[in-house]
Amino acid sequence: MASSTSQRMRPLSPHIQIYLPQLTSVLSIANRITGVVLSFYAVALVAWLMSAAAGPQVYSTVHGFIRSWFGQILLFGCTYSFFLHLCGGIRHLAWDAGYGFELRTIYASGWTVVAMSAALTLITWVASMGLAG
Amino acid sequence: MGRERMRSPLGRALGLGSAKDGVEQWWLERVTAIALVPLTVWFAASLVVHMNGDYATAIAWLRTPLATTLMVLLLAALFWHTALGLQVVIEDYVHSGLRLPLLIAMRICCFVLGVAGILAVLRICFRG
Repeated sequence: MASSTSQRMRPLSPHIQIYLPQLTSVLSIANRITGVVLSFYAVALVAWLMSAAAGPQVYSTVHGFIRSWFGQILLFGCTYSFFLHLCGGIRHLAWDAGYGFELRTIYASGWTVVAMSAALTLITWVASMGLAG
Repeated sequence: MGRERMRSPLGRALGLGSAKDGVEQWWLERVTAIALVPLTVWFAASLVVHMNGDYATAIAWLRTPLATTLMVLLLAALFWHTALGLQVVIEDYVHSGLRLPLLIAMRICCFVLGVAGILAVLRICFRG
């Protein structure tokens, strides 16, 4: 019993920071990050509803903030996070149902998520500005 | 896709999952996700169409039976999904003794926010 299995040097898998970012890994963590970000926006949604319930004065204060440049940046971040999480989530649901696991399909659906989330964000803002203006 | 198919044949035969409801949270996260697809898209589209920053317009829209009903459903599904999602995040990254208090605090926050949001919608709806 010269060397037991526990004493021998075991091969280690490379740490996650060694890997180059890939579309698959980036979208995976992006879905999680946008999920966490959107939970903060969910708090803002409740605050907005409560301000509407509180009356016109409180509501106009909240809307003044939303309309400020900082509020608009936050709202844009919310829109993009939402559409990224929505498109990424639909991709995950397809996987959960057992579809789309071929490498080629994974990359095609991944780029579709990137393109669709950007397009939907843009469409939403253009439509919103068009209807408001 | 039945929930039972997520289990191994042996687990199903013995009726011994992890406390017999091992896939429950995973499953509910998907169910709430599917519910949130139409609800959030409806909400985003409604904001684009109805919101111009005017208080009266916002209230008039929120008071319609359709908007009130869908907003309540949206808030319920949203905070349920949020709680399940954040639970996975906390379980994956928090390994200290903070994990359990954090999980409980997160659950309480989601519950309180969901109730507060629903009550705000109902208050707008039923106020004379």
